[in-house]
Amino acid sequence: MSNSVLMVAPRDPSERTAWLVGLLLLPLALMVAMAVGAVSIPLTDVVRAIRGMGDATTVSIVQDLRAPRVLLAAVVGAALAVSGGALQGTLRNPLAEPYLLGVSGGAAVGAVIAMAIGITAPVLVTVCAFVGAAVATLLVTAIARVVGGSGDTRLLLMAGVVVGAFANAAILVALADAPPERLRGALWWMMGSVADATWPAVARSLAALLVLGGALVWRARELDVLALGDEPAAALGVDVDRAARRIFLVASWLAAATVAAAGLIGFVGLVVPNLARALGARRHRSMLLMSALYGAILLVAADLAARTLRAPADLPLGAVTALVGVPFFLFRLRRLAA
Amino acid sequence: MSATATPTHPGDLHFHAVSVRYAGQSAPALQSVTVSAGNGMITAVVGPNGSGKSSLVRTLLRRVPMLHGTITLGGSDLARWDVRELAKQVAVVPQREEPTMPLRVSEFVALGRHARRGAFGGPSAEDQEAIARALDKAGVRSALSRRTDTLSGGEWQRVRIARALAQSTRVLVLDEPTTFLDIAHEMAVFELLDELAREGHTVLLVSHQLNLVARFASHIVLLHHGSVAAAGTVNDVMRGEILERVYEWPLVVTRDPAVGALALLPLRGRGRAR
Repeated sequence: MSNSVLMVAPRDPSERTAWLVGLLLLPLALMVAMAVGAVSIPLTDVVRAIRGMGDATTVSIVQDLRAPRVLLAAVVGAALAVSGGALQGTLRNPLAEPYLLGVSGGAAVGAVIAMAIGITAPVLVTVCAFVGAAVATLLVTAIARVVGGSGDTRLLLMAGVVVGAFANAAILVALADAPPERLRGALWWMMGSVADATWPAVARSLAALLVLGGALVWRARELDVLALGDEPAAALGVDVDRAARRIFLVASWLAAATVAAAGLIGFVGLVVPNLARALGARRHRSMLLMSALYGAILLVAADLAARTLRAPADLPLGAVTALVGVPFFLFRLRRLAA
Repeated sequence: MSATATPTHPGDLHFHAVSVRYAGQSAPALQSVTVSAGNGMITAVVGPNGSGKSSLVRTLLRRVPMLHGTITLGGSDLARWDVRELAKQVAVVPQREEPTMPLRVSEFVALGRHARRGAFGGPSAEDQEAIARALDKAGVRSALSRRTDTLSGGEWQRVRIARALAQSTRVLVLDEPTTFLDIAHEMAVFELLDELAREGHTVLLVSHQLNLVARFASHIVLLHHGSVAAAGTVNDVMRGEILERVYEWPLVVTRDPAVGALALLPLRGRGRAR
């Protein structure tokens, strides 16, 4: 009867359009980002160089330098957006994201400490970053609880910003006398960059995105229920505290993986999920997937801007995202207050 | 004619001597509270602000740890069930809920099926049927494709009830479902609960609306400072001397001349209070 027709929740036309546009924009952004740089390469040559054809210099620029950089930006952007989307759902706050919650800052401190004591294996650095992220999460929730109850997510964000500032200070102090030829500088960690991307780094980040991001997408309906609030979620059969902890853990780990690969890049996790919701992706499964798509596009574009706005200077990627993200944060804050 | 519920009916919800205390509080929020909600009728929990009405609902949802007591459904101890199993047997409409992350009404009501669905895959035919029935029953099918943040107060409450109905449970617990509703919407909710009770649901209703409760409920439990001040039929509880003491305000209980129901009338005169 008509019930089944009725109940299949239809995708909004706007959501379908957003998917279509995004799926066209991503390859376009990747190609343009590989074409533009210190040496401009025509798009047709980029395509040929990807397949190993054309002159050796062009192939080398595209395959060794630009492709890993552009792809790392895409993967990190997608991961940050998915992590932010999951945190927003769990905390029921559209302003939540790993950077503002201090999770990324904690991850950076963990990674810096790991490198300072001589750990160089990238997987171990990521593990240390995750430990740092977990410590930061515990700190932030403890601060929020002491100040006025863990239920208030505004306090959680405030505590996150404070812990993030502390993390930045710790990084600066720890790396004050770091030999630049051996260790990445404080600025790389604090402001993020994909300038020194390598294929193994792309592969590691992609693996993290697929496994951890995939886990979040897998539990997306639990996020739908959690986003209703503690009591409604409990009423619908979700073990609220356990589910929230689990999602927080996976989202933090995903953020930690991006920090180990590209340093601190803020506001992508804030802006993109809000964009996805505005484009009509309401349920978390489609919201997270669309966030991944637009997060990739956004960070590829941001990195392109970082390389070209003040060329030959290579701007820190996190500075570019903050320039876009802070005005958005204020705009979203106003709408929340209204 | 109204058969008293036998204690063995699988739809009987029973709070037995339940005591709870919130973390960091010295006084218990509920002290040895016993409430029996029989199948096929509305049982109302009433009482002043802070008397422990919502704590009772929160205890059921396990958001407050129980110090003593048991909650049973059809004689079976709920402590042995996990939350998912509980959601298949008891549907709760909690007091507060804000559409922070808006959904379409159809998507929102579909979340009532969460406990019965796997992680992946669309809703089954059974799910869809339950959702459609819930939308019809709560009278919100016409709002199907609207966003939850565009609903009026009355629509929002009915949509929340629809989500609970989609859980396909025998027991329905509602925490002040008619707050902020005008007379027509409030009456519509009470009529709906009455209909659901007649159809074989167990309805446990937390409410401030004593006069409507007196007309719709079979049993009333009056809470005061976390304890049961009175419990029984409407005639047992709707008594001036009891209510005046609990609400700490001068009042009279009369029989309404138009409908013949017991009605509470608070008196004027602040000087006389306390």
